[in-house]
Amino acid sequence: MVNLIWVVLAVAGILYAGFNGTMEEVNKAIFEAVDESVMIALSLLGVLVFWLGLMKIAEEAGLLKGLARLFQPIVKRIFPDIPENDPALGYILSNMTANVFGLGNAATPMGLKAMKELKRLSGHSEASRSMITFLAINTSSLTIVPATVIAIRMKYDSSDPTSIIGATIIATIISTIAALLIDRLFYYRRQRLGRLL
Amino acid sequence: MSVWLIPAIILVVLVTATIKRVPAYEVFVEGSKEGIQLAVNLLPFLLGMMVSIAIFQASGAMDAVLTVFKPLMAAFGVPEQILPLALIRPISGTAALSMTTELIRTFGPDSLIGQMASVMQGSTDTTLYIITVYFGAVGIRRMGDALKVGLLADLVGLIAAVTVVIILFG
Repeated sequence: MVNLIWVVLAVAGILYAGFNGTMEEVNKAIFEAVDESVMIALSLLGVLVFWLGLMKIAEEAGLLKGLARLFQPIVKRIFPDIPENDPALGYILSNMTANVFGLGNAATPMGLKAMKELKRLSGHSEASRSMITFLAINTSSLTIVPATVIAIRMKYDSSDPTSIIGATIIATIISTIAALLIDRLFYYRRQRLGRLL
Repeated sequence: MSVWLIPAIILVVLVTATIKRVPAYEVFVEGSKEGIQLAVNLLPFLLGMMVSIAIFQASGAMDAVLTVFKPLMAAFGVPEQILPLALIRPISGTAALSMTTELIRTFGPDSLIGQMASVMQGSTDTTLYIITVYFGAVGIRRMGDALKVGLLADLVGLIAAVTVVIILFG
């Protein structure tokens, strides 16, 4: 499906540009995107090295296990496939915590490390059930205080920049619950079709 | 409060490690090395996806697609100006952020459209980016239902954002 999306976006774009005379913009955009992706990967490199180093200490010191034990009752229901006390749970919970507090630059490194741990558990090059659940939670966002949005609202002289926090929390809760339900439905569907790892 | 958060995490981790006699610096360096590998692994996935999206956007094809959807949204009583943001939000984080900024600037942060844009920006995330980066970094080739689940959850999230704003501020 990703292959299809990827090809369709590029091919449709090039054909459209051909008919509408925007080929110059397309040329420019290609190499801007190349530069931008390297910039993103570079800035991720920094935070990855930093947070994975710090989290390794947290893991060895038993802090991640403690975090996992604290949320065990909830996490066990969301990720039934992950063995109790597995380090993967600690990283998943760190990622979720970082997301909730809006620590964007910490959330991605912890999420990537969590994925790596999940891959260690499954040993496949195909997405496992836990990976799909974990991604569903991440894509639906968990932010409680959307700091970037509040900053933009302040910049344009909102009379109450933080007025949207309540609405954002409600929308986030709805989308996260929906993500978990949809994920579960797709899991049952795979089970029915006999396509389980 | 927020400036204290990260230093506090570092403090807790280092103090606990010292009490438990973990050689903190050595472990830090050991864990860090994994980060290099992950960052290098994800670049091809990120670059490929960003180029494809950039072509689609710069050609004007994206705007053309958006125009098709506008009457549909209007039929549901949703301001049509919000639609481009709703469609772009799962695909491109930078495009969504600049669109949110533009909507807030044009209509004002306290207008219905401004509030909707704010809540949309805050309550969902860039699904395509997250899937690309997370699966790319650890070398997952077949994504299963991940994209479908992510996009359907986005749809629910966007509808929730619009509805909640209409109920609270409309």
